[in-house]
Amino acid sequence: MGTLDRSLIRDVAAISAAAGVIGVSFGAIAVAAGISVWLASLMSLLVFAGGSQFMMVGVVAGGGSPVAAVLAGLLLNARHLPFGLVVADVLGKSWPMRLLGTHLMVDESVAFALAQKDPARRRAAYWLCGGTLFVAWNVGVVIGAMAGRALGNPDALGLDAAFPAGMLALLLPSLMAPRREKPKAEAGEDVAGVDAREPVRAAALARRVALLGAVIALTTTPLLPAGLPVLLALLALVVALR
Amino acid sequence: MTLLPILILAAGTYAFRLAGPLLSQRIQVSARVQRLLTLSAIALLSALVATAALTSNGGFAGWARPAGVAVGAALALLRLPFVVVVVAAAATTALLRMTGMA
Repeated sequence: MGTLDRSLIRDVAAISAAAGVIGVSFGAIAVAAGISVWLASLMSLLVFAGGSQFMMVGVVAGGGSPVAAVLAGLLLNARHLPFGLVVADVLGKSWPMRLLGTHLMVDESVAFALAQKDPARRRAAYWLCGGTLFVAWNVGVVIGAMAGRALGNPDALGLDAAFPAGMLALLLPSLMAPRREKPKAEAGEDVAGVDAREPVRAAALARRVALLGAVIALTTTPLLPAGLPVLLALLALVVALR
Repeated sequence: MTLLPILILAAGTYAFRLAGPLLSQRIQVSARVQRLLTLSAIALLSALVATAALTSNGGFAGWARPAGVAVGAALALLRLPFVVVVVAAAATTALLRMTGMA
């Protein structure tokens, strides 16, 4: 547990609790849409990507074709390809572990890994978040599917705001230069001869990419099918290509 | 719904997840490309945050949700613990809905 400090465990517990409650609502909605308890649970175990699961159930419940439901879900999950390139290093060297870790690749585990500085903490954060979230999500779905419509509307708890707020908090370290670098930055160079303003410039570039990505996704959301606007946000990388 | 579409979505999603680790095995990624990859994750996650905070089914999500996210963002900027950020965001949104203010 050396690299897993208490604050990391607490943070992961918070996001997993929220995911568990959203899982309960997914289970309830799936059963209400006519999907059996075991099929809803199997879907959560095998797909393990909340957005695409809600999407698929929504399309089917709305009378859409299963083909459309699958395509919409796949489009939404295409972002895992670039995510996988970023977090490939945390998955380890052995193939069984790598294949298992691959399944735990969700927005939250990627964001938690990205928020850490050194490789050991990246790995710990990814596995702890992915693993805990997997358990919380699937337990939640089973509970929701069994309890069915007896449960209230999760929007009343404001959980739809918890996800973006949590993700934003995880993104902030990448967007802000570390505070202690400031006095060094004024000096221009540190003792090792490395430009100490580098973290400041990197954070400024990250902020421009983040802002442009958000603007691209928001402006295209009313026009394009779900999933595509988020992928188009990759165009924001042009500001980094010079 | 039947089993087949679920299995196809599961297989396709796993393929997307596995493609990254497989590709990075084959190719040597330079430090510059690694920085670009990190920036691409930042672009994707920011886009997710923005659309999740403001939109719902392709339209505006209403004021309660972005208001809660804004409170969470302010607390995160003040470097308050993550748990506080998440709980305050949800509580603000829930309160606004409960009182019918947004």
